[in-house]
Amino acid sequence: MLVLGIETSCDETAVALVEDGATVRANVVGSSVERHRPYGGVVPEIAARAHLELLLPVLDRALVEAGCVYDDVEGVAVTVGPGLVGALLVGVAAAKALALAHDLPLIGVNHLEGHVCATQLEYGPLEPPLLALIVSGGHTSLVLLDATGAFTPLGATIDDAAGEAYDKIGRFLGLPYPGGPEIDALARHGNPAAIAFPRALAGDGTYDFSLSGLKTAVVRELRRREAAGEDIDLADVAASFQEAVVDVQVTKTMAAAQAHDVERVTVVGGVAANSRLRERLSAACAVAGRRLLVPAPALCTDNGAMIAAAGWNRLAAGERTPLDVEVDPNLALSGVPTGAAPGAPA
Amino acid sequence: MLVLGIETCTPHTSVCLGTEQGLLASAALGRGNAHGEFLAPAIAFCLAQARQPIGAVAGVAVTVGPGLFTGMRVGIATAATLAHARRLPVVGQTSLDLLAFPVRHVRRLVCSVLDARRGELFWAFYRPAPGGVQRVTEFRVGPPAKLAGEIEAVPDDVLCVGDGACAYRSVLESTGAEVGSPSMGTPTAEALVELSLPRFLREDTQRPEDLRPLYIRQADARISWRNRGALLGGKAPDGATMVR
Repeated sequence: MLVLGIETSCDETAVALVEDGATVRANVVGSSVERHRPYGGVVPEIAARAHLELLLPVLDRALVEAGCVYDDVEGVAVTVGPGLVGALLVGVAAAKALALAHDLPLIGVNHLEGHVCATQLEYGPLEPPLLALIVSGGHTSLVLLDATGAFTPLGATIDDAAGEAYDKIGRFLGLPYPGGPEIDALARHGNPAAIAFPRALAGDGTYDFSLSGLKTAVVRELRRREAAGEDIDLADVAASFQEAVVDVQVTKTMAAAQAHDVERVTVVGGVAANSRLRERLSAACAVAGRRLLVPAPALCTDNGAMIAAAGWNRLAAGERTPLDVEVDPNLALSGVPTGAAPGAPA
Repeated sequence: MLVLGIETCTPHTSVCLGTEQGLLASAALGRGNAHGEFLAPAIAFCLAQARQPIGAVAGVAVTVGPGLFTGMRVGIATAATLAHARRLPVVGQTSLDLLAFPVRHVRRLVCSVLDARRGELFWAFYRPAPGGVQRVTEFRVGPPAKLAGEIEAVPDDVLCVGDGACAYRSVLESTGAEVGSPSMGTPTAEALVELSLPRFLREDTQRPEDLRPLYIRQADARISWRNRGALLGGKAPDGATMVR
């Protein structure tokens, strides 16, 4: 079953065509990141305007890359939340129009579920239990896909998302937007142990995260050094900040994997591209005897293929979404059907 | 020729199917911002009522603004994607043109006025012309007092129509202009199809990818965290303008 996946929850306009939730035939992403750069973050109205502009060119390109026409498409999957409401509405309107135009089954997908399902595009069927660390510009969550196929949110950030913290610190250090890749690159030349930044909620026994205190600590430390006339090595600051973020992420992920006895751990979302996070998490998994699954960067950042994969799981299980479905900017996670294995006849 | 009309620029959303012979089916929502939930089922409803398959639709007309940004985008995204998927021509019309069209038989200067929110209005002036109306000004956005000043500056008798005119009735009536009733308050899909049919028939149409929303107002470049207070020492980006 060839599913067309549409993702417009934030600043990427993405369309993909995926066969049976397993084989990516096209994965096209149009980004409005340049238009947000002057503001240091995603501006909702600019994102929504960009989605409308990019929609048809991206859709066209995806069909061409997949070498197919509308008549070949057998289902439409679209992100219905969580995300920016004006941005989500563009993608959902387009998905409904496609469903109407060719009488196709429609399936609404949770963006976070989509991120987790990116894993199946690279490593095959999800095979629960699976623990997912979702780290992106809008999310920092630990999610358990249990043996019954149900998603349980174990914990999430109580203030800033990881990517948001990287953006804000990047801006403070005078780095270009988005800050994540910039800090990652700068940190390679710095000493991660140079400054002992706080590890918020590290030993509190929950799987929640907090980054706003760390952000303030970085600002305060720079101010103090500046006032004292000390030299400031920005690479050391970047490395120490990143280490504090990654430390908590790795500690909590490993604790959750142990508590729920999960052998397979996946890390997805835009911040999964962070080299220090990958390095530390794979070392920790090796020590603990767990398997770390990290999809390719193009499947980790927001994309339509992960939505098509998640949508296929549900379509193959017989689920359908009615044409009057609303977008939900705060959509909560729910269970994912894992009954059919990718490749099985739908 | 069967044309689908989609109007989502105001809280009054409507969809209809029509031909040269007239209206086949229509669906409308009186008030609210539920464009996203309403639109696709409304199209399905109209097709079912008219007993027509989607394949019978030969063109899609849509309002491209000015109006509610979110509503406009839902309408344009739906029309453009539907037309793209069925390889259909599209016609984009402005909401203010649609408002003036039904009052074309009035021998007066017509001012179409829509509520632009935040205490502002969208407007444009029209003169009756053979078979319709002709717009004689640019599209504008501004406070009601600015529009009142423009009305006072023209020598003609003026009829104001639209939900914006109704919302600021006393300000506009103080200029001597007449303000139309709320039944003339919103652009409709019926007017859209009627106004667009001649263009489809003479093939004066657009490709779906060429539909452009008419925002008039620049993007509101606020990020929520700026409201929470900019980062200590970090500069809030200034200039809420959008570079296109």
